[in-house]
Amino acid sequence: MVAYRAGTAIRVPQFLRDVRRVARAFPPCTHVVNACADRYHFAVGLAAALVSGRATLLPSSQAPEMVRQLGSFAPLVIRLTDEEATGNGTPHMRYPCAEARAERTGRAGSAEVPQVDAAQLLAYVFTSGSTGKPLPYRKTFGPLIDCVREQARRLGLSGAARWALLATVPPQHMYGLEASVLLPLASGHALCAERPFYPADIAAALERLPRPRALISTPVHLRALLGSGVTLPAVDLVLCSTAPLAQQLAAETERRFHSRLLEIYGSTETGQIAMRQPTHSVQWRLWPGVSLERNRGATWARGGHIEQPTALQDVLEMTGPDSFMLQGRVSDLVNIAGKRSSLAYLNHQLNSIPGVEDGAFFHVEAREDSPTGIDRVAACVVAPSLDAARLLEALRERIDAVFLPRPLVFVAQLPRNGTGKLPLATLRSLVRETKSVA
Amino acid sequence: MSDQVASLRQPSAPADAATLAAEVAGLIVRALNLDVTPAQITPDQPLYGEGLGLDSIDILEIALVVSKQYGVQLRADSEENGRIFGSLRQLVDYIAAHRTK
Repeated sequence: MVAYRAGTAIRVPQFLRDVRRVARAFPPCTHVVNACADRYHFAVGLAAALVSGRATLLPSSQAPEMVRQLGSFAPLVIRLTDEEATGNGTPHMRYPCAEARAERTGRAGSAEVPQVDAAQLLAYVFTSGSTGKPLPYRKTFGPLIDCVREQARRLGLSGAARWALLATVPPQHMYGLEASVLLPLASGHALCAERPFYPADIAAALERLPRPRALISTPVHLRALLGSGVTLPAVDLVLCSTAPLAQQLAAETERRFHSRLLEIYGSTETGQIAMRQPTHSVQWRLWPGVSLERNRGATWARGGHIEQPTALQDVLEMTGPDSFMLQGRVSDLVNIAGKRSSLAYLNHQLNSIPGVEDGAFFHVEAREDSPTGIDRVAACVVAPSLDAARLLEALRERIDAVFLPRPLVFVAQLPRNGTGKLPLATLRSLVRETKSVA
Repeated sequence: MSDQVASLRQPSAPADAATLAAEVAGLIVRALNLDVTPAQITPDQPLYGEGLGLDSIDILEIALVVSKQYGVQLRADSEENGRIFGSLRQLVDYIAAHRTK
């Protein structure tokens, strides 16, 4: 069993046929931006690229400007999509759905599993960088598979039982790639093609799956699920990552699902590197071989499956050779519902828009009555020739929608202090004043 | 009452549809702390992406508020439901058809 779609199983021979079919259908290209929304299509596209010697590109967002920039990262890039293609200029290929008859007659086809060298490049995963240029991180097949097999051991998914894994996150970022695609493929479990969004859809999709079953999710989706009043089916494991999970939410998730909840710590650069059960321990346990060290004011992770030593974006306190506690994030960083960026990157994009003379993003905290409790970013901007609609349209071209400023405030000049810095308190009071006038 | 809200009136239940539309527009503006007044949300303007500019987190926030207020659980697994957030009118029609309180 490789996958479920709408409760129907897709088995290994079908998967292998689909991989060969998609690999044959690629036009001449060296790199594939895999934008498939259906998780099974994504997995087939990823494997098809791998076995045909192509690297998969996973940008941090599908914003048109980001995808355009990947066109210059490699000479022959195509974008594989299973939805209506958006006209952003990158050559695209529609995921080729097999005709029903071809699938049935293809049954006699070879079930031989292609062999892949552990040193082969699987993907480049991109962070948004701080200057607007996407930064690529190499992900090699062997280390990634080692990493998710260790994950299977830690989650209790390396026994004989075949699990079904439902995820509310997309497969295009590291957490989704590792937990919802590579983990099931490498350990003989089944992924779910759907990515349900509304709480009632998540509950219904879980209900359709055989047990044991796991839910791979985020603090935002878990909070929405618990707050929705929907009856939650029992699951056998809940996995959470992308942003810190409040202790109370962790405890309530375990109680309502009658399940353990395990939390993953990782980043685009390193992949997952630590795990904990928040109701049992505040400390995170590192993956074997991974070590942390303080250097130049940051905590660096290296070793194990990590392919390039990386300065982590959080402030960590080491509590033992293989354990640490999280103390907070580096203040420049923005994490909105698991989508990461930095104020430097957002400011760069804002100030690159023709007509913007000066502008700055800053953090605003979620209101107490916000149902999802998401923190957003706001921006102050000096752009006398632009109106809000035109500026937002230009921003939408460049950054992911979750980073669009709430609110966007037009000012005559930014309240820079003597050293050219923008005090957060001044920016926030500027927003309050503008709102009270309006 | 603004023209936009008035134009939502249905021949069968004129007052109810318009009242509900105004109420839902108010819920959206309050829940998301938007810089518009409820009357500025026109019935057929797209809510998602361009138009009002909501993103998926906003949609989740609205789904939660709507479930609390009207007892409606939004679903996206049918073609009909995929269009719920096409516009205020579609959202209001959906709520009117499925509300339990």
